[in-house]
Amino acid sequence: MEDTKNKFPPRFNIPPGVGMDPVQGSKAITRHGHSGFLGMEYVGHGEDWFELALPWREDLVGVEETGVLASGPIISLLDNCTSMSVWARRGEFQPQVTLDLRIDYVRAATPGKTIIARAECYQLRRSMAFVRGIAHDGELTDPVAHAAGIFMLVEASGWMKA
Amino acid sequence: MDESVTSPEEGTPLPADHPLHLPPYARAMGMEIDRIEDGVPVIGMDYTERAVGRPGYLHGGAIGGMLEMAAFTALRAELDRTGAAMRIKPVNISIEYLRGGVDHRTYAMGRVTRAGRRVANVRVEAWQADRDKPVASCWMNFLLAPKAE
Repeated sequence: MEDTKNKFPPRFNIPPGVGMDPVQGSKAITRHGHSGFLGMEYVGHGEDWFELALPWREDLVGVEETGVLASGPIISLLDNCTSMSVWARRGEFQPQVTLDLRIDYVRAATPGKTIIARAECYQLRRSMAFVRGIAHDGELTDPVAHAAGIFMLVEASGWMKA
Repeated sequence: MDESVTSPEEGTPLPADHPLHLPPYARAMGMEIDRIEDGVPVIGMDYTERAVGRPGYLHGGAIGGMLEMAAFTALRAELDRTGAAMRIKPVNISIEYLRGGVDHRTYAMGRVTRAGRRVANVRVEAWQADRDKPVASCWMNFLLAPKAE
């Protein structure tokens, strides 16, 4: 069996400041905690963008009569995806926290369909990263949600608890 | 207080059209109606692995989902109080993350700023041990449409 433990310790415990492989990094992050529970999956990335998927699941539904996914998981997906777009742009894993996140729900997600988030870090400053993104269920040009947010780049100490 | 927005009996499932009913996502995350304050439901959620983002802290999306649920239930309780049979659709949300959410129970409570004929505006705060130190707040807008009979 492949020893992934030393290569990439689980539970997001990536030493801050080290280079980051976005594929392995996102896989490690989406395996645990809230992202793991929701079932987020890596789709793709580029120099300043990231894509994650969230398959539809019955226990994530927000409207029982229709089977429409709750908006909470879409917030989580866009939060993760925008966050990872910053790491993609920085080319390394650095501690950051969400300062604010605004989401417009353009239309209801189609029940049963996987939600794809695509996010971009469109501006990177010394203390802040500006991000935007959309969530869609198959057609990039027909999004279900639109997001804009800011991450604060913070000190490593105290950023996470062992 | 209106009978329909009193605290549910423990373990009693509420019908889907009850103003305090929580959808599958909220129940899966462990959200519940903690109590009713001045006719407004307070959502409570214990800190569990399901809600964790970076180690030791709540995920921003879990906090966001809780804020939304508090906004929904506050609005439903308000519409129930005024007798307006409306369908509610979320339009948008803007979240401010104020502090890291730590290993504590989290609460969220919404206040309906305005519920008009077509749009409702709600503000929500979430807090943990100290209510004067909120972990997050948001405003949220909803589209209202008369329920089809």
